[in-house]
Order: sequence, then C-alpha cells, then structure tokens
Amino acid sequence: MKVLVPVKRVVDANVKVRVNADNTNVDTANLKMAINPFCEIAVEEAVRLKEAGIATEIVVASIGPKASQEQLRTAMALGADRGIHVETEEELAPLSIAKILNAIQANEQAQLIMLGKQSIDGDNNQTGQMLAALAGLPQATFASEVKVEGEQLVVTREIDGGLQTLKMPLPAIVTTDLRLNEPRYAKLPNIMKAKRKPLDTVTVDSLGVTLKQHQKVLKVTPPAERQAGIMVASVEELVEKLKNEAKVI
Amino acid sequence: MAILVIAEHDNATLKLDTAKVVACAQAVGSEVDVLVAGHNCSAAADSAKQLAGVRQVLVADSAVYANAIAENLSQLIVSVASEYQYILAAASSVGKDVLPRVAALLDVAQISEVVEVVSEDTFVRPIYAGSAMATVQSLDAIKVMTVRASAFDAVAQDGSASVQTLDNEYSGDVEFVSQTLSESERPDLGAASVVVSGGRAMGSAENFAILEQLADKLGGALGASRAAVDAGYVPNDLQVGQTGKIVAPDLYIAVGISGAIQHLAGMKDSKVIVAINKDPEAPIFQVADYGLEADLFEAVPKLLELI
Repeated sequence: MKVLVPVKRVVDANVKVRVNADNTNVDTANLKMAINPFCEIAVEEAVRLKEAGIATEIVVASIGPKASQEQLRTAMALGADRGIHVETEEELAPLSIAKILNAIQANEQAQLIMLGKQSIDGDNNQTGQMLAALAGLPQATFASEVKVEGEQLVVTREIDGGLQTLKMPLPAIVTTDLRLNEPRYAKLPNIMKAKRKPLDTVTVDSLGVTLKQHQKVLKVTPPAERQAGIMVASVEELVEKLKNEAKVI
Repeated sequence: MAILVIAEHDNATLKLDTAKVVACAQAVGSEVDVLVAGHNCSAAADSAKQLAGVRQVLVADSAVYANAIAENLSQLIVSVASEYQYILAAASSVGKDVLPRVAALLDVAQISEVVEVVSEDTFVRPIYAGSAMATVQSLDAIKVMTVRASAFDAVAQDGSASVQTLDNEYSGDVEFVSQTLSESERPDLGAASVVVSGGRAMGSAENFAILEQLADKLGGALGASRAAVDAGYVPNDLQVGQTGKIVAPDLYIAVGISGAIQHLAGMKDSKVIVAINKDPEAPIFQVADYGLEADLFEAVPKLLELI
C-alpha cells in the first residue's frame, strides 16, 4: 500500500512571530523553520504503518519555496521513501494546495493520504477535507487512532465532547490530531541516508493545475493586547477582588 | 444576501454556538436561514425556529445525517447552496470537518474562524495561534466561513421562523461505528460562563478532583492545557488552545498552567483571567487580570473554602 503524506514548512512552534512593520504579513525573516507538527505526526503514522508491514512506500510532498526541501529531507530521515517538491514562491490558499495535491494523487494513486489537520501558521484546517472533496474520497479528520483492516480503514476521531469511530473503504484521506502518536527523532545515520533518497522537483504548471485567486489579505495586525493585571498576595485578596472589583463570582 | 447557517446540535438540543453563528450571520445580512440536518432532530429544529431574526429553518431528518458524516452533510449543503451567497458554520469539530469539503465542491475558498465582520466581503480571522489578526477580503461568489462562536453574542430566542423540509438523502462510503461522549453534569466548555483549567502541575488525574469541585462550586466547566491532556490526566475534549477548544468565558481560572502561546490562543479573550502558579515567571501571568503566586495544592482548597 502506498501512502502519500503532504508536509508543510512553517515557523517553528516555539517561535513567537510578530507582525511586520507595514502590516502586510508576519515577519518570518531569519526565524527557525520546521515541519508543521501535525504533518510530522502524519509522517510518523505512515512510518509505523510501514514498520507494521501494511504500507510499502511512503511518498512525501511539499508545496512551497526551495527551502521546503529541508522539510522533505526531514520527513525522509524519519522514514519516508521519496519526496516530491512543488516549487512556488507564492503563498497559496488551502484550496489551491488541495488542487495541486489532487494532481499529485492522480499520478501517484496512493491508497492512503495522511495530512496534518492544520498548519500552525495559517490555522486553516481545510486542506485534507478539500482534497477529499476534489478526489472524491472519504475522509476521517482529527484522527487519534488509525487501523487498516484489509481494504477498510477504521479511524477514531477526536470530536467535541468525545471520540467517534468511522469505517471507510480505501483509498481514503486521514487528517491527524495531536494524540495519534509521538513522532520519533531522526537518527544521524538516517539523516545522512535521507540525503540520497529521490526528490523530484516539479512546478504547478507541469502538473496541469490552473489556480485562481480567491481572497486578498488586506492587512495583518497585532491582536489587541490585554491590559496588564495585578498580582494578589493571598487567596483572600483574590476572592475579594473577584467579588467586589471584577464582580464575576 | 441570503445566508445559510449550519446548525450545531445533537438532535435533541440545539447548541448555543448556533445562536452565536446566527449573530455573525446577521452582521453580514438579514436573510438568515438555518439548516438542521440530523436524525429525529425535530426538537433541535424547534429550537432553531425560535432564534431571533431567522427567516426559515431547513430540516433534513434522516438516518444518513444522524452522525454528521462529512460526505453526506456536504452533499446536502451543496444541493441547496445555489440559493445562498454565504454558508456559515461554527468552527466546531463538525463545522471544521464538513465546511471545507463544501467549499471545495463549490470551488470556493473557505475563511476559517471568523471573529469579526468588517463588511459584506471582508472578515477578520486569527493566524499563528492568534499572534496576528488577518483582515481577509473574499473574491468568491459564495462565501464559505467557519465562525469562532466565542467571538459573538448569541441572538435571543424569541423568533418564529417558518420550516421547510428537505427530503434529499445523500450518503457515501463512510460507515459510523461508534461514539463515546464524555458524560458530564457540567456545562459545555464552549458555552460555560466560568472555566476552571488545570495544567501539567496538577500532577495526576486524581488531583484534578479539586478543580472539578471548584468548577462545580462556580457552576463552571472543566478545561485543561495540552500538557495535562497528553499526560493522560483528563480526556482530549477538555483541551483549551490553538488546536483544541477556543473559549471566552466571563471568568477563566488557570491553575498550574504555564501559559504557552498555544494555550493562550484558546483563552485570552476571556473577560477575567485568574492565574494560580508557583512560578512567578510563568507567561500566564502576563495575560492574567489577577495573578496569585502560590502552591496550587494550598491555594485551591482555600479558594474552595472562601467562595
């Protein structure tokens, strides 16, 4: 079974971003970049399926600037077999990303496509579901457990208030939630080995995808700052403030 | 400007989120319809009829919609989409699952987690865990949006909308196996006016009992940081943060939570924030209205005693 795992290059989760001076975007220059944490969980799950003898090949794909190849190499160091880099300098909306991935899937015919549920930069939480719609495939979003049973996929999902389990035929699309697994660290020999794994670079045009503009970002601004609060010295003072000043209890 | 709001419900009751999304819809235009798709969902549909200012409630009552399966719901929504310029849903686990699928089928983009309506085509949404706010103008003919319910005040429930029944039954390859929902007497995390949350410093699942007592005494809901959920102290559906629940209660009490940006993203719009932590450098104190540097195992029992 072939597994396709799209991954995104994002600002590292531990870095605090700031809005740029002309309020057009966040300033990402010289920030530490990383593979989106949810995408990393998707890679890990695919690798575990391969280790369990269920997956036979793991293809990772990334859409973005040349530097996105770093994240593809990271994914290959974790165990992916080969990479596809769709090189573009444009910041594409999730629907455009889904169209490009749909073209890749048309070539690859993967049985399982595993994506992160959201990227921690755009926080859109759309790409997997959109790809499922375009490819006409069933979807299981926010997965906390993935089991392949023959030609069927059984996925437990994190939903508001609890967990839901769905069953669907392959090929299918899964988006990963935090509790699906804990990704491993790449070992040095695997990082070296990943440098020799195949990595194809293609363009959006060569995939035959036509994209359109769906929205314009008019401005990006810092969020409203909270007024600085006070430190109270005791539980008694806290209760007094909550009762008489904030009037919330 | 016809707007369709996808109702959030469990067939028996309509979630308060729906009334908040209707409020967002009314900031866009006045012709607001609500779709209640479910199974044996007439009670939820009756509540939807009472939402103030709603023109019409569309009801699709069928076993295929019982568990909000994205494939089925998205086809149903697309089948009525040509009547609307806007399709809105709460940014809940159902809305986030279904709406992007609807948008892609309509070949339009989605705007996720709208917190403010600037004009009929321009909306504000947080990015980077709320570290920045993006003002986005949609160029699409149909605007598909998920709405951050906590950013809007619910509309009143004194309306009397008409009802239209939809008979279309759409289904696909996805089979529902099972569902386990946490049983709790406490209010829903997203709708509670008080939220008491614990972090890694709680130390164990058993220790969360004192926070449960505090939540119960205040009539509030229980929440947690990702660290507490990952450590297995509480179930995942209690996680407050960038990738969990986004809450904005009147009072948020963070106990033993350091305040990682991903957690702050889920609660920093609360009206009053209280932080109890023994580390004076904890970032949570920077957003707290009232900070108490103390050992939680001494402070929380005392708090229970005094309120």
